[in-house]
Amino acid sequence: MKKEFICIVCPRGCHITVHEDGSITGNMCKRGIEYVKTEMTAPKRIVTSTVRTVFSEMPRVSVKTDRPVPKELIMDVMKELSKVIITTPMSLGDVVIENILDTGANIVLTRSCMK
Amino acid sequence: MKRDIIVIGGGAGGLAAAIAAKEENKDVLLIEREDRLGGILNQCIHNGFGLEVFKEEYTGPEYAEKFIEKARHLKIDYLLNTTVISLTKEEDEFILYTSSLAEGIQKYTSKAVIMTTGCYERTRGSIVIPGDRPKGVITAGSAQRYLNIDGYMVGKKVFILGSGDIGLIMARRMHLEGASVLGVAELMPYSNGLTRNIVQCLNDFDIPLYLSHTVTEVVADEKHRLTQITIQQVNERFEPIQGTEKKFDVDTLLLSIGLIPDVTLLDNLPVETDPLTKSVKINQACETSVPGLFIAGNSLQVHDLADNVSKESERAGHHAADYIDMKRTKEKGIPVQAGDHILYVTPQYIDFSWGNAEIICSFRSRKKIEKAALNVTQNGKTLIRKRLNFVVPAEMETFELNIEDIDGIGDIRVDLEVLS
Ligand SMILES: Cc1cc2nc3c(=O)[nH]c(=O)nc-3n(C[C@H](O)[C@H](O)[C@H](O)COP(=O)(O)OP(=O)(O)OC[C@H]3O[C@@H](n4cnc5c(N)ncnc54)[C@H](O)[C@@H]3O)c2cc1C
Ligand code: SF4
Repeated sequence: MKKEFICIVCPRGCHITVHEDGSITGNMCKRGIEYVKTEMTAPKRIVTSTVRTVFSEMPRVSVKTDRPVPKELIMDVMKELSKVIITTPMSLGDVVIENILDTGANIVLTRSCMK
Repeated sequence: MKRDIIVIGGGAGGLAAAIAAKEENKDVLLIEREDRLGGILNQCIHNGFGLEVFKEEYTGPEYAEKFIEKARHLKIDYLLNTTVISLTKEEDEFILYTSSLAEGIQKYTSKAVIMTTGCYERTRGSIVIPGDRPKGVITAGSAQRYLNIDGYMVGKKVFILGSGDIGLIMARRMHLEGASVLGVAELMPYSNGLTRNIVQCLNDFDIPLYLSHTVTEVVADEKHRLTQITIQQVNERFEPIQGTEKKFDVDTLLLSIGLIPDVTLLDNLPVETDPLTKSVKINQACETSVPGLFIAGNSLQVHDLADNVSKESERAGHHAADYIDMKRTKEKGIPVQAGDHILYVTPQYIDFSWGNAEIICSFRSRKKIEKAALNVTQNGKTLIRKRLNFVVPAEMETFELNIEDIDGIGDIRVDLEVLS
């Protein structure tokens, strides 16, 4: 069966078609092919959110997974993040949770917190 | 002390403009109203920034940090918590008054000014929500700020009116934070957000998108809190269709119904306005009809990509530096007209006194066109003809003109042709 995808790897948002014979068209670059392949087998997403801090000047600080995690684990990642409280000054890129839920992804700060 | 260049607003635009001008050894002062640099990027904690400029994907705060670091490295002077409250020009000098808690009212002067004040959110606009506005009806951008900066959820049962990017991003964000997001209603038959945001913000979480729908009723309790909304399908004239009513019990209605360039500071200057962009007209150097007054970023035209804001503002910074170095006799220039299916185009003028400036034009289409041809013509001569696939109003398109191809007289027309 012919399948349509919209590539979300970059803002161009190519409309990609996977044809019955397995050929792929509509992608403007080869990252689109990779995207469609994982999307058909094991879709993954980067998760971005915030975690609490003890600092009143910056009650929340933004974080992300440093690589995509399986889509079905997104809510579990959120649950882990809700348990985190930052208590010491940290820098952008610092790891908050290592290898979250055994996904191989770390939770890192996307901005500096009180540093 | 008179400055070479004052940059108003320290978001993605202001940072890039200040950096470009400073790299040409100009004396630059950057003025920002908030307590940190970065502007709207600070609340855009999702990723999707930087692919064009850095070839890597960053979140908003990370993208901002790249530029803030560079500004610090170049030792650019900046003021925080300081709002520019008036801007005028006398002879060749710009006069700015600022207000801040620490310094009260201050006066600054400069030879050139770059406006990078961003945009504001439309609150009601063309969409009329009957009844008075109860608590719980807020703009998506304010909700984003409360949640991502202050850590405060505005509600638990949410509906979103308007499919602009902020609305889509907030649909996902509030869903992830545990709210039930019941749907997004869009008046137009197509979404106003980037396609990738429809995919990763709505489809990923099965949040329904109601195209050609609008909110026709809001109900509040005796404490003036929102309790229920009604949405209805609309016809081609945007009139609600009887019998299509759907009711949702909600405590929050987020409005994501459009952004408008913030150019209120220019009210006292003889700038030529553009009803299409709701901002002011510029030439290819990002210069307004007031010599030495440059404008870029969301205050010039609402951008969907921060990368484009950075690139445009960088050009504005270079040109402002150029303006300081070289006196020129400003010409009004050759008008660039938005033709068939074009919502707007910038720059609105090509000025031959800025012959050395690259001519990067941006435009948006009025409607979704699957296969289109872009035709740029002057005096019946074709300057550009190119095929475009999937042109949508939500995504800004650009093209480049060569000054040598342009005649000294005759309007330039930009048209989109629908190909079958
Ligand atoms: C919700 C949302 C999601 C987005 N998602 C993406 C995305 O995924 N990828 C992407 O590439 N782009 C995205 N964008 C677009 C991009 O972030 C913006 O277009 C860009 O950051 C705007 O930069 P700016 O400098 O023009 O405006 P702003 O960032 O708004 O900066 C304007 C600054 O001027 C200051 N200011 C205003 N008036 C005054 C005054 N009188 N005195 C002093 N200071 C003043 C303001 O405080 C503000 O800091 C998104 C935008 C939004 C709103
Ligand atoms: S295929 Fe390439 S160009 Fe197209 S959206 Fe995906 S990453 Fe971007």
